[in-house]
Amino acid sequence: MSTHDATAAPPAVGGENYLNCSHGFRSWIFTLDHKRIGVMYLASILSFFLLGGILALLIRTELLTPTRTLMSADDYNKVFTLHGAIMIFLFIIPGIPAALGNFVLPLMLGAKDVALPRLNLASYHLYLIGALIAVLSIVQGGVDAGWTFYAPYSTTTNTAVVTLTFGVFVLGFSSVFTGLNFIVTMHKMRPAGMGWFDMPLMLWALYATSIIQVLATPILGITMVLLIVERVMGIGIFDPALGGDPVLYQHFFWFYSHPAVYIMILPAMGIISEVISVFSRKHIFGYRAIAYSSIAIAAFSFLVWGHHMFTSGQSDLMNMIFSALTFSVSIPSAVKMFNWLSTMYKGSIRFDTPMIYALSFMFLFGIGGLTGLFLGSLATDVHLHDTYFVVAHFHYVMFGGTVIAFLAGLHYWWPKMFGRMYDEKWGRISAIIISVGFNITFFTQFVMGSQGMPRRYYAYVDKFEPYHVISSIGSYLMAAGFFMTAWYLVKSLYRGRPAPANPWGGASMEWQAASPPVLHNFTDEPVGGDPYDYSNQDYDPATGGYVLRKPEVSDR
Amino acid sequence: MILSGLLNTLSVRGAGAPFLATGDGTFWLPVRASEAAGSVDNLFYFIFWISLFFFTLLMALLAIFAVRYRRRREGEEPEPSPSHNLAVEVVWTAIPVLLVAVIFWFGFQAYVDMSTPPLNAYQIQVTGQKWKWTFTYPNGYVDELLHVPADRPVQLVMTSQDVIHSLSIPAFRIKRDLVPGRYSKAWFTAVRPGDYDIYCAEYCGTQHSSMISTVKVLPPEEFDAWMLEHSDILSGLTPVEGGERVYNVLGCKQCHTLDGVAGVGPTFRDLFGSERSFKDGGRALADENYISSSVLDPQSQIVQGFEPVMPTFKGRIKDQEMTALIAFLKSLSEHAPGEEAPAAVGAGTP
Amino acid sequence: MSTPHEGRDEHAHPHLQHHFESMAQQYDSGKFGMWLFLVTEVLLFGGLFCAYAVYRANHPEIFAYAHQFLDKTLGGLNTLVLIVSSLTMAMAVRCAQLGQQRRLKQMLAATLLCACIFLGVKGVEYEHKWKHGLLWGTHYVPQGETVAPADAAGAATTAETTAAAAAAPADGGTTLPHAATGPQGLADHSQPGHGGASHGGHGPAGPAPRNVHLFFGIYFVMTGLHGIHVLAGMIAIVWLLRRSAAGEFGPEYFAPVDFVGLYWHLVDLIWIFLFPLLYLIH
Repeated sequence: MSTHDATAAPPAVGGENYLNCSHGFRSWIFTLDHKRIGVMYLASILSFFLLGGILALLIRTELLTPTRTLMSADDYNKVFTLHGAIMIFLFIIPGIPAALGNFVLPLMLGAKDVALPRLNLASYHLYLIGALIAVLSIVQGGVDAGWTFYAPYSTTTNTAVVTLTFGVFVLGFSSVFTGLNFIVTMHKMRPAGMGWFDMPLMLWALYATSIIQVLATPILGITMVLLIVERVMGIGIFDPALGGDPVLYQHFFWFYSHPAVYIMILPAMGIISEVISVFSRKHIFGYRAIAYSSIAIAAFSFLVWGHHMFTSGQSDLMNMIFSALTFSVSIPSAVKMFNWLSTMYKGSIRFDTPMIYALSFMFLFGIGGLTGLFLGSLATDVHLHDTYFVVAHFHYVMFGGTVIAFLAGLHYWWPKMFGRMYDEKWGRISAIIISVGFNITFFTQFVMGSQGMPRRYYAYVDKFEPYHVISSIGSYLMAAGFFMTAWYLVKSLYRGRPAPANPWGGASMEWQAASPPVLHNFTDEPVGGDPYDYSNQDYDPATGGYVLRKPEVSDR
Repeated sequence: MILSGLLNTLSVRGAGAPFLATGDGTFWLPVRASEAAGSVDNLFYFIFWISLFFFTLLMALLAIFAVRYRRRREGEEPEPSPSHNLAVEVVWTAIPVLLVAVIFWFGFQAYVDMSTPPLNAYQIQVTGQKWKWTFTYPNGYVDELLHVPADRPVQLVMTSQDVIHSLSIPAFRIKRDLVPGRYSKAWFTAVRPGDYDIYCAEYCGTQHSSMISTVKVLPPEEFDAWMLEHSDILSGLTPVEGGERVYNVLGCKQCHTLDGVAGVGPTFRDLFGSERSFKDGGRALADENYISSSVLDPQSQIVQGFEPVMPTFKGRIKDQEMTALIAFLKSLSEHAPGEEAPAAVGAGTP
Repeated sequence: MSTPHEGRDEHAHPHLQHHFESMAQQYDSGKFGMWLFLVTEVLLFGGLFCAYAVYRANHPEIFAYAHQFLDKTLGGLNTLVLIVSSLTMAMAVRCAQLGQQRRLKQMLAATLLCACIFLGVKGVEYEHKWKHGLLWGTHYVPQGETVAPADAAGAATTAETTAAAAAAPADGGTTLPHAATGPQGLADHSQPGHGGASHGGHGPAGPAPRNVHLFFGIYFVMTGLHGIHVLAGMIAIVWLLRRSAAGEFGPEYFAPVDFVGLYWHLVDLIWIFLFPLLYLIH
């Protein structure tokens, strides 16, 4: 027990750690260390975020005027298809689980690695292969089918649909393997004494995410296989001219892609649960409610796919059932919001960058969630379906929710990952710029959408021009915020103040490892306990971090 | 039942719609030009105010907590407070459950009204194709604009020639996908004469965003007069004018230009009388028979350099219209026998 | 779940990975992971079974008509072969647990042999379909009389079942004509004339329904994907054979044999479903 504070406050950066224990390209690309795999994932997904972001700026610039601004209609269609496909399959889905989750999951369990490290590496390699195949489709001239690849358009267009869908198929396997690995890890690698309800909520969120990844992604796989077979061999299963059913494709596709939305948002919610509690320095409110709501969301997520097809001509009965089920999935999300808010009540709230992002998440996700009510309700959905209202809604949830939470998590664990503190002032400024820019960009889209502006339009009716101009200006502001973030984060790697082991006062086990951790994570056996109990640590002004109090407080 | 009582008070369904009558648009919603628009808008604003109320409440609490409980110095510990409370959890689960149940019910009822056409509805056939709408009236008249009578239920029976399209009329608050290989239906009662936009809401390729048309709502007596006048689209026109009309109405102009620049398909300028070479290596002179077979069986002869994407017009073009179209093509070509060099013909509407 | 030997306090086994505390924990993790992987495999095929169910429900006549072109004898033979291979695989796992090195190799080889026979028979069946134009989509061009089902009696019963299938909706109370149900709708009019109907008059199997090619599309995708899984299993067995030749498996360490065995049983099981669904309709 006496070694705890040695564990908690070792001299940061300098000793041997997972980053400097071996060198060279091969020591990274063939590593079995979950932390290095997480860091490689992080670098990869951020590269694709940059690519997807540039495509987004091209879209916004093109839409500055009602007619041609930069590019032809065909190019525009390819740009928004690739923006969607890259952001979804290459950035958001692997974003939190595979990059941040890989890094923190074993640390939070006090384990040395994930249960199946070779599978973990295979998952990353599959991600790289899938990503390269997907990018190859750009070299082949791009794809213009939209990221949803609706048949029969996708089966008849003469662009590189097969390449991109095959890339998505491979990426699906990567996703399955990550999820499978996490489930096994949480079942088999929990330390003695840590029950399911002693896990940090981030792990509950990752667990729920992994369930969806394992259960839903195979359907995406078979859907992509059928689409490829349809295109290459003309099997006719989605081709109405051959007696096939194009609406069946939509069922298949959304049976995966709606749960996939929760693959994106659930781990984001996990991060928010950690950050809100730690920065309020208060035990999370309603631990069990939040944990159960994660599982409830995962379960409900499989039952609502039909709400993407309210106008497709499916029967009124099906529409009614799917509408009702859709509303049911909003409840667990609302419960989480209330619990986070209650966690702040009577806390001691510190506004570091992760917390700014977490508050921003609650604002943006609140709007994203509430606008979902308009879309779940049948009569209003008919009007709003496939308009910019939907575009705004899912950007509020995916970007305002997931990406903002990803940034919260990135800043929260950055000191742990790289052993350096970033510039706090610039962190806060960028967080605010990104949030403001985001609202300017996408709130306008709610208005133009409910006014009737359809999505995926290259040219548009003049009356929508002012909205588009405001939206585009917002996107430039947001881009500026991201470049600032990139700048100070990269700078921190070289110039950042060495990070203490526990800069924020977190009570989950990853903060007992050094920053950055050693190769096998912990130099001493970490101490278990309630991950939200902050009473046994003290602030140490010398390092600017928190250390475990020495006395025997371990059994409470 | 309490729900339906509340429903009636708010008058979310039905034509009455007291506090949002048919009328101009608002900040959020466009002009209301159909009966259903009133009930949709009431529901929209019902959800809107509920959402705004709860959002404001939550954000106000967030702001208050953030200010009131901010950490004043490092090392400060908060006073103890409970970390769970079952009663509170139950309450804030139950309230949203009730609210969304109400919203669901309103939405469902209004939707059922919108999806159940009256038996006496006036039927118009709608065909979607890349990238054009075609509206066929009961008497066989075909137009690229949708003319409907006000105050009379109209049902659209729709299908697609190629990929999935979706007919969207924001002013009527309706939207329905057109799926190739099946018929889909939508109906509305327009209540406000005027011109409103029709969009394609399902992505369908290069010119998806140009697949826009107009619905013209006419007072009933004007509609009847208009219908009478347009029963024969070629009446009062010379063959060349009639051909140009056919060219516009049947959608030839989406792919075939008149200015000599190839589009998705070959240009019509100087086409007639020219020698065509095909993908399979064959050649033919573009005479009357060639034009006719190209229109009726487009896949049989694919001109070099083009994709086999044209749908057949068999059953959609009348003999008289074909004759007119051929006359129009002749007028555009300098190869055509007995025609003087063509004057510049614009693609203007007739 | 079968318990491995007690390995808590033994000296580190050469196959024990650094992050596990014991061989037992390692084995449990691997086995759990394998079961989850099998779940994803079931779901992958589940998508195809869904597609099958949708088309079978919408077009029962296609399935009733087309299945008779499949050879029940060969299909039955293949079912038998796969069941035997499952037995030999299970025995291989047993041998690995007991450390019987020679029999382990024999059993794995026997399994591999069964897999080869299965694929060989499948190849014969595919070739037959290919020769007679019984393929998918626009490639469906049946070749005249040679596609007659095995015997006249079969044809007669088939004609009856086809008629019964066509009549079934009427009994169900709907008045819709057959062509108006299901998703083909308009396509019937625009379809210039491939598909079974236009080839009426060949073969004694009664009037061919429209869009018979859909059955063969589903048949080839399902059996093709299954065949790929058999191939993958064979590669895994070859890998096991190499490792067992080096004597790596024994009572201490037999997890790879066990896991490949699980996979093989699943591949077998999927065929057990495919066979009646495709070959034994009605």
